[in-house]
Amino acid sequence: MSEAQPMRLESGGRIDREKPLTFTFNGSQYGGFTGDTLASALLANGVRVVGRSFKYHRPRGVLAAGAEECNALVTVGQGALEEPNIRATLQPLYDGLEARSQNCWPGVNFDIGRSLDYLHFLWPAGFYNKTFIWPGWSWYEGFIRRMSGLGKLPPADDPDQYIHHNVHCDVLIVGGGPAGLSAALAAGYHALRVIVIEQDTLLGGSLLWSEASIDGEQGSVWLENTVRVLRQRDNVTLLTNTTATACFDHRMVIAGEMLSDRRVTGEDEGPRQRLWKVHAKEIVLATGAIEQPLIFANNDRPGIMLASAVQQYINRYAVAPGMRIVIATNNDSAYNVAGALMNAGVDVVAMIDSRQNLTGESARVMRDHGMTVFQNAIPLDCRGDKGVHSVAVAKRDNLETITTLQCDCVAMAGGWQPTVHLFTQARGRLRYDSSLGAFLPDVIPPHVHVAGMVAGAMTLDSALEQGWNAGVKSGGSQSKNGRPQARSGGDGALRIERDRSEGRSDRQWIDFQYDVTLQDIDIAVTENYTSVEHMKRYTTSGMSIDQGKTANVNALLALAERTGRAPGEVGTTTFRPFYLPVTLGALAGRNRGEFYAPVQRSPLVGCHEQLNAQFDDYGTWRRPRVYLRNGENEQQAIAREAVAARTSVVLFDGSPLGKFEVYGPDAAEFLNRVYINNVTSLKTGRARYGLMLNENGIIIDDGIFARLAEDHYLAHTTSGGANRIHAWMEALLQGDWPDLDVLLTPVTSQWANVAVSGPRSRDLLEQLSIGIDFSAKGVPHMAIAAGTIDNLPVRALRASFTGELCYELNVPADRGAALWNTLLQLGEDLQVMPIGIEALTVLRTEKGYLHVGSDTDGCTTPRDIGWGHVADGKQGGFLGKRSLSRPFNVSDGRLEFVGLTPAQDGGVLAAGSHVIDAGHSGAPAPTQGYVTSACYSPNLQRYVGLGLVQNGAKRLGETVNMYDDGKVNAAVISVPAAWDPKGERLHV
Amino acid sequence: MLRISCPFCGERDENELIFGGQAYITRPEPAEQVSDREWADYLFFRDNPKGVHFERWQHRYGCRQWFYVVRHTVSHEILAVYRMDEAPPDIEPEEML
Repeated sequence: MSEAQPMRLESGGRIDREKPLTFTFNGSQYGGFTGDTLASALLANGVRVVGRSFKYHRPRGVLAAGAEECNALVTVGQGALEEPNIRATLQPLYDGLEARSQNCWPGVNFDIGRSLDYLHFLWPAGFYNKTFIWPGWSWYEGFIRRMSGLGKLPPADDPDQYIHHNVHCDVLIVGGGPAGLSAALAAGYHALRVIVIEQDTLLGGSLLWSEASIDGEQGSVWLENTVRVLRQRDNVTLLTNTTATACFDHRMVIAGEMLSDRRVTGEDEGPRQRLWKVHAKEIVLATGAIEQPLIFANNDRPGIMLASAVQQYINRYAVAPGMRIVIATNNDSAYNVAGALMNAGVDVVAMIDSRQNLTGESARVMRDHGMTVFQNAIPLDCRGDKGVHSVAVAKRDNLETITTLQCDCVAMAGGWQPTVHLFTQARGRLRYDSSLGAFLPDVIPPHVHVAGMVAGAMTLDSALEQGWNAGVKSGGSQSKNGRPQARSGGDGALRIERDRSEGRSDRQWIDFQYDVTLQDIDIAVTENYTSVEHMKRYTTSGMSIDQGKTANVNALLALAERTGRAPGEVGTTTFRPFYLPVTLGALAGRNRGEFYAPVQRSPLVGCHEQLNAQFDDYGTWRRPRVYLRNGENEQQAIAREAVAARTSVVLFDGSPLGKFEVYGPDAAEFLNRVYINNVTSLKTGRARYGLMLNENGIIIDDGIFARLAEDHYLAHTTSGGANRIHAWMEALLQGDWPDLDVLLTPVTSQWANVAVSGPRSRDLLEQLSIGIDFSAKGVPHMAIAAGTIDNLPVRALRASFTGELCYELNVPADRGAALWNTLLQLGEDLQVMPIGIEALTVLRTEKGYLHVGSDTDGCTTPRDIGWGHVADGKQGGFLGKRSLSRPFNVSDGRLEFVGLTPAQDGGVLAAGSHVIDAGHSGAPAPTQGYVTSACYSPNLQRYVGLGLVQNGAKRLGETVNMYDDGKVNAAVISVPAAWDPKGERLHV
Repeated sequence: MLRISCPFCGERDENELIFGGQAYITRPEPAEQVSDREWADYLFFRDNPKGVHFERWQHRYGCRQWFYVVRHTVSHEILAVYRMDEAPPDIEPEEML
């Protein structure tokens, strides 16, 4: 054995001894070979303690060789490339890899947190729930929050790229072991599109680490030939390094493929991972099985491993997990492992078999080879804190100690649980099979096939046969010829007797990672958490890292035994996605940063940038918040803009305003049904402010609609409501009123909208020659006129969102910038300036114009905002009308839309503050409503506010107390419009 | 991820479509004469069958057309897809729980 890697075997293994690698673990440098995983390299170097458990901080070593690893969780990489909770068993070794242990301080070999283990009796299952009852969560919160979490978030954003790949195939085969490859051979004969997904870096599954003979060839030779044959087929895609981690409805499987890693090459070579979304007509699940641990005292010590993992480390990686190995088992599969270890020249001290009678052939063969087999015996306990060094063997019946065996590794063979995660996600149902001591696929959903160990095949030949048949049933080869056949020793029967040993239940681990012991199951049962789902949540068994890989079956068998039920009766918990974690970046793919969501920009965006606009996102639109001038702060700029809007003339980019054209013989009838207003009486060339309700009578949007012709309307929605309202109207027209002859066309982005507002706006517009008479007579308030610019249409709508004289000019989107610039130029003498959303908000709040969604909520009806007379006075029906008379909508104490004025000079109003009940001077107090909008009004030189207040419309003049984050302000309830309440400035 | 055949565009992923709830909800008319209880039934109460469900979907991120889908709520099997102007197929609803 090599000096540098003391546990490395002289020969064998699928490692490349010509390509040595160096890596660091917890700061120490070690050597390994290409083909190693981090776990195999650590074992080769004799590193036994790799991590610490979650709750008790117990030293833990490598348990497994694959996805089921729950002890050897490490953080790999540095800085932004750091990734926590990597299973060392799945991390291929590369040169320069840096890994470190987690959940320990100051280090993995001496961890202060271990004191929790010595006091473990203080924190059994449910401890945390009970602190809520007594003595109080606050006693523990700080401590528990500090201790919780596994691994740390990387300190910076993930610099890597991830991509998504959406594919369709005829047959998706999950698992590239013997069964999966056999299925691929059968399915791939015809022109079916076949995808094989294998989590490992290599195809082959158990053929990579166990002796086999297939079609007269050595297993490894057959594997090589088969992979070559499959690779030559254009219709077959073989994916390695790819984990199928979830199965969703209609057979869509999500799989994460590792592509390149800059941690390995030091260079950015494109996307790091590809997330496959595979839509398959047929799915073959050849996902294998996971060996289960045995339950005995201190079964979590470093050096205690799954027997199949021991075999894998020896045969695949040429690493001996120990020099003196004890095998503990309850079934026949351990004898194959014993044979493999003896072949490799590793010393097997003895076998401890819990079964009373050993009837299988393999047990006899082992004894013939001189192996010590303790029959009807169990491992009672084991010693060795940082690595097991002895195991006590006891008689199963009376727990009398027979002997103590010196060893440095215990291989546990507790039976096999099929990896049924994807199967159950595909809506397959399970049954408990007592001959295997495991849950097997029972009801198999249509278009899903299972093959190999996942289907309970315990011999290589039956796995190959099942795989072939699954490939045939998926629409592949109809012929039985070509089916690979294996000669394997033994009948494959497990002859399992799943029985636990007795002894101190508080030190027998079921869920290693989460530190759940047998005693925790006892506590759950005592406290009546006897449903398997309750037990799981109460004890946390099988949660987090494990996800039902090694802990579930043991936990629910213990639950079944303790509640006197059959395992099938107890059932399993749900195997939810994801089988293995997926990097968040892979789920996001390209949809991050600036690609997270599309941004809508006005056609005038270039003009705004030139004017030093400060942009913000409003819904999906990126709009100018305010235009900053030299030496101004934002508050000053907003005040300047808001004052200009009431004293001279301003421009506002209203392009995002929702616009659609409604056309056709039934256009009037249609709009009459969706607005509470009378639409049919509107004359051509005139406009009206309208409200839309849903069928519950709640206001969902508002805006101005104008009649362009007898059968042609232009309807406006709020900027945020454009898509929603259009979709809603489409649903009405297509689904509910298909008899109406109406054409609905969204034109929001076809028109640039420049609002010219302020008392001098007419002076500015009269300088434009666009064929429109802007006089009070030419375009009165709430009228629309048409003109032309350069032979292109212009629409001028006189309607106001500020309370001042205002015209909205609509021109084709690509003419917007020219119009904007012309207006700025013509208005220079008038000191025209642009205003942003902030100033607009100030202006509409001063004027008492509500904003649907800010000043209304999910209960607000037209009556609540003072529009009851319109709804009530309308002849004929409209959506939501009937609901307006529902008892709740006419009840006393409705929240009504009002204005709020500070009671004292200099008083403050804050949006979100609550009106408190009379007789209360502060919180807690019942609320009587709240402030929906508030700001400082530069025009009125005081705060202005709008709010929803109980019976507000009947309480005008009343002074109320407003609670605002600890302070109380007094305000007077008033009409909404603080500025020009009579509306005289509109009709000029 | 459901695969649903839009009657106008063909088979598409569920995320191109919008679910529009139970189909064939009839608005009681004349609404003004309907009792509060009957109106509340229309507004708020929907079937929740374990089995066959007639529903409306829209190919929102495609042709924007609404159509009907008959879906099995347990298996998510799509039993039928048809246009708004077509008559519903004869599918027996399974026993409801």
